[in-house]
Amino acid sequence: MNATALSSPTATPASGTDLLLWVAFPYICLAVFVVGHVWRYRQDQFGWTTHTSQLLEHRWLRWGSPLFHLGAFMVIAGHVVGLAVPASWTEAGGISEHTYHTTAVWAGSVAGVAMVTGLGMLCARRLLTRRIRLGTDRSDKVLFPLLSATVLLGISATAAHNVLGAGYDYRETISVWFRGIFTLQPRPEAITGAPLLFQLHALTACLLFAGWPFTRLVHVWSVPIGYLARPYLVYRRRATPAPAPTAGGRPRSTSGSRRAA
Amino acid sequence: MRVMAQVAMVMNLDKCIGCHTCSVTCKQTWTNRTGVEYAWFNNVETKPGVGYPRRYEDQEHWKGGWMLDKRGRLVLRSGGRVKRLLSLFSNPDLPSIEDYYEPVTYDYDNLVSAPAQKDMPVARPRSVLTGRPTAITWGANWEDGLGGAPEHAGADPNLTGAWADKVKFEFEQTFLFHLPRLCEHCLNPACVSACPSGAMYKRVEDGIVLVDQDRCRGWRMCVTACPYKKVYVNHATGKAEKCTFCFPRIEAGQPTVCSETCVGRLRYLGLLLYDADKVGEAAATANERDLLEAQRGVFLDPSDPGVIAAARESGIPEDWLEAARRSPVYDLVMRYKVALPLHPEYRTLPMVWYVPPLSPVLDSVDAAGGNQDDPDHVFAAVTRLRIPLEYLAELFTAGDTDVVAGVLMKLTALRSYMRERTLGEAGDEKVLKAVGLTAGEGQDLHRLLAVAKYADRYVVPAAHKEDAAALTAMENRCPVETSGEAEPRKVMLGIPTLRRHTTAGGRP
Repeated sequence: MNATALSSPTATPASGTDLLLWVAFPYICLAVFVVGHVWRYRQDQFGWTTHTSQLLEHRWLRWGSPLFHLGAFMVIAGHVVGLAVPASWTEAGGISEHTYHTTAVWAGSVAGVAMVTGLGMLCARRLLTRRIRLGTDRSDKVLFPLLSATVLLGISATAAHNVLGAGYDYRETISVWFRGIFTLQPRPEAITGAPLLFQLHALTACLLFAGWPFTRLVHVWSVPIGYLARPYLVYRRRATPAPAPTAGGRPRSTSGSRRAA
Repeated sequence: MRVMAQVAMVMNLDKCIGCHTCSVTCKQTWTNRTGVEYAWFNNVETKPGVGYPRRYEDQEHWKGGWMLDKRGRLVLRSGGRVKRLLSLFSNPDLPSIEDYYEPVTYDYDNLVSAPAQKDMPVARPRSVLTGRPTAITWGANWEDGLGGAPEHAGADPNLTGAWADKVKFEFEQTFLFHLPRLCEHCLNPACVSACPSGAMYKRVEDGIVLVDQDRCRGWRMCVTACPYKKVYVNHATGKAEKCTFCFPRIEAGQPTVCSETCVGRLRYLGLLLYDADKVGEAAATANERDLLEAQRGVFLDPSDPGVIAAARESGIPEDWLEAARRSPVYDLVMRYKVALPLHPEYRTLPMVWYVPPLSPVLDSVDAAGGNQDDPDHVFAAVTRLRIPLEYLAELFTAGDTDVVAGVLMKLTALRSYMRERTLGEAGDEKVLKAVGLTAGEGQDLHRLLAVAKYADRYVVPAAHKEDAAALTAMENRCPVETSGEAEPRKVMLGIPTLRRHTTAGGRP
């Protein structure tokens, strides 16, 4: 089954547009993702934050934020399994295609609905609460529509093809393309036959990854797991003797520049 | 023994006239910026009153500070580490802006730019958060001088005991005093312990508790954990900010801005040496009423040769040891024991202490037809008039009225003795002896409390030359500068968009 799936798309060689959309574009986005993060982490520790707005509005956030985040965790986990794990592996693990599909549709629907509901509430409060709307910065104005588009396209693709429709086996096509990106053996032809909704979902997702380092999404990398292990009290010395700064020169690194408030 | 030094503060509440100069100068120095319009690193509350933010002392509700669990272990009231991480998405115990107040500015521009008309132009209030006209319905000191107290002050969380029913807010029967509050720079800071990012820390050298702005990720757990609600969210930067104890000034050997500008000269700054190894044990003292003595037990006598040797070993410089020996804070907290911590039952071991006010008791003496100047009347009042005493005990000694009464007796005795001396009489040393003071100590304490010269109030040793290089790296910059101002940095991101065109140059 795997072999046929792999062989059939290769019959038609990828066009220039396909190469651009499914090879060049993802790689550019990934490059921006990586370089952007390095740059932001080194240059903008001060801006690296969740940018909480709970102080200004908490009633919608109380439900919207946990729904969105927990839904997102499940959705991400689902994507990791669906995209990164080949069907042959799950089958070797004794999970039949039918079992996998049923579980994926059910768990995915629950997670997707939670995430969409949560995101909807978060968007609603951002739009409807004037205090928050005024505090919305440029990166948010890019992030919220982009994230919403990606999530909505993703859930409509699933709904249209896998819940209501006949079922589309993305593991034999989209997943192959996805893994090809990371194994440096791009397989653009694997995704060209996918339904439009899936394709659009993949493209907006690429854009989302490209935008990631420049938005508040960076807080994802600051998940404070270390808190579970560190001692409660944190003492720090006031000043570790540093080399005297050159006249008029600002230190390159911003760390320690805004130490306290 | 691990000796650490802390720059600590004592406030003599009898001298506070509630002028808010400390709050205003603090605000002008630190929080006159977008995002912290509502934040007062220093504020002055009228007590009894609900405080700022509203009812912040109600820890059943706000979950601030520490408590002992069933097995007697010290835990944060807001829950353990796992629970804290689970509430990252929505912190159930975070005060909302309404619990502080909606910051406003005024249409000042209208006063000068309004066209000629029959009526005087007015400057209407405008919300800083929405830019729209708004009604001012609350503030950081809404009940100033008991204004509106009959309506609101009954909600003061300190008025919970059976005696509290008797607290009257009718003009003739009431009592009031002002309580200036800032970050307590605790020995066992709950905010630091609750910070998931590890961005908050206590400085080894001077005990100042700070937020590392580059490491704060905006998880907002510190706000909940602080029982005094003295950590604030900057809603423009998405990071936590708090009182810095004016560390750039302290490092230069100068008093904090609130102290420097205090009109009543009621603030004292000085070093306290403490044993960092005993902090956890003291904070976990079983009985809340023993916390005061437990905390005093953590402080070290700077004249003790053993302490001096251990302090030298910890790297505390000689001039700091000398300053610790001259510390007015040590005198008030340890030698004369007239200063008390605010809400020791929160178990954070706060380091801003208060000399409790005698004025509520004196008010009661007047109300009962007694003579304020007669120590017997005042002594009688201290022992019999329970209400102000219960209230003060609720604030400063976890409800133990004996300790507060002891301090008030001491102050009364001192007043009476010094009054006689000032009027040219010999002074009755028996009164002093009754409260455990000698004549010399009495005059010494009187000099410290009443004369209170600048050099006696503030004994702040400058930061050390060894650190000079690191300090000069800081000196050209405001430690809380917001990006995008003054000198443009090459970072376009994370810059809080200026919320709106500043209305008529108004500062909130």
